[in-house]
Amino acid sequence: MYKIAVLGDYDSIYGFATVGLDTFPVSDSESAAKQLHNLAENDYSVIYITEKLADCIQEDIRKYSTRVFPAIIQIPGVSGNTGAGVENVKKTVEQAVGSDILFGGN
Amino acid sequence: MAATQVNPTRMELTRLKKKLQTAVRGHKLLKDKRDELMRQFLDLVRVNMELRLKVEQGIKDANKNFVIAKAGMSEQILHTALMAPKQEVYLECDKKNVMSVEIPVFEYKTRTANANDIYSYGFAFTSNDLDDAVKSLDDILPDMLKLSETEKACQLMAAEIEKTRRRVNALEHVVIPQTQQNIKYIKMKLDENERSTQIRLMKVKDMMLEEVRQKALAELEN
Repeated sequence: MYKIAVLGDYDSIYGFATVGLDTFPVSDSESAAKQLHNLAENDYSVIYITEKLADCIQEDIRKYSTRVFPAIIQIPGVSGNTGAGVENVKKTVEQAVGSDILFGGN
Repeated sequence: MAATQVNPTRMELTRLKKKLQTAVRGHKLLKDKRDELMRQFLDLVRVNMELRLKVEQGIKDANKNFVIAKAGMSEQILHTALMAPKQEVYLECDKKNVMSVEIPVFEYKTRTANANDIYSYGFAFTSNDLDDAVKSLDDILPDMLKLSETEKACQLMAAEIEKTRRRVNALEHVVIPQTQQNIKYIKMKLDENERSTQIRLMKVKDMMLEEVRQKALAELEN
């Protein structure tokens, strides 16, 4: 049995606890990175992380990019959204095709 | 001539011919793999983008609802209301193999089947805005899980496509032409050797004939 974790600042994620996800409020990038590794080594196969926080710990997130589990997915928070989620989808297209032929216009 | 040193021997020629055969076959297979991966990737990434936009919009709306709910009541009451969640979500994780790329498959289960278990508080002290906020988040949850599945799959497939493309290009533009050139070089060298041997033999034969003729002439004179 695997679980789902949500990582971010408290205001952005406290709602997720009600629908049954495990929330882990963190404020600084150092504890976020530590928490992320901790979660990834345990039974969490999906980790949602706010874009703002993901921006701070890109290196740590990249470590898990080649593994099937956990899937680390960026979600928008209450503030400090960077549009990184959509940007990442475009980046994967760029990586696969060579240039963004699908969403380049938007 | 090829950049690498090759021995112009028949054994080397057979070896290179075999290598070329394998390379051509591998090239064809990898090219097919790349094309199929690309086709599936493009389908999947479109779904991914759609889901992402939908989920981001959903979360934004939910966040807005939570802010409104927070404004309508004191923070303590809100915190107590959300302190002990009733519902829990579990995941069944599986892997699916798509063209040798392993992609995740998630199936989620809630601890209780009752849809109202997302409201982990009594309704007496909380505003109805909070109920709306929680409901809006719950509505978006299945899409969020689908998003995590497709997005991870897209990332893994993109990495594999990049790798495969590099391999195809390396075979097409480096390994195959180089092997062909080496084969050509060995063939020419072997032909050259053969011709030189033939000429040498002819020369030797001429010399021997000349010797016999001289001997015969000398005998005639005596």
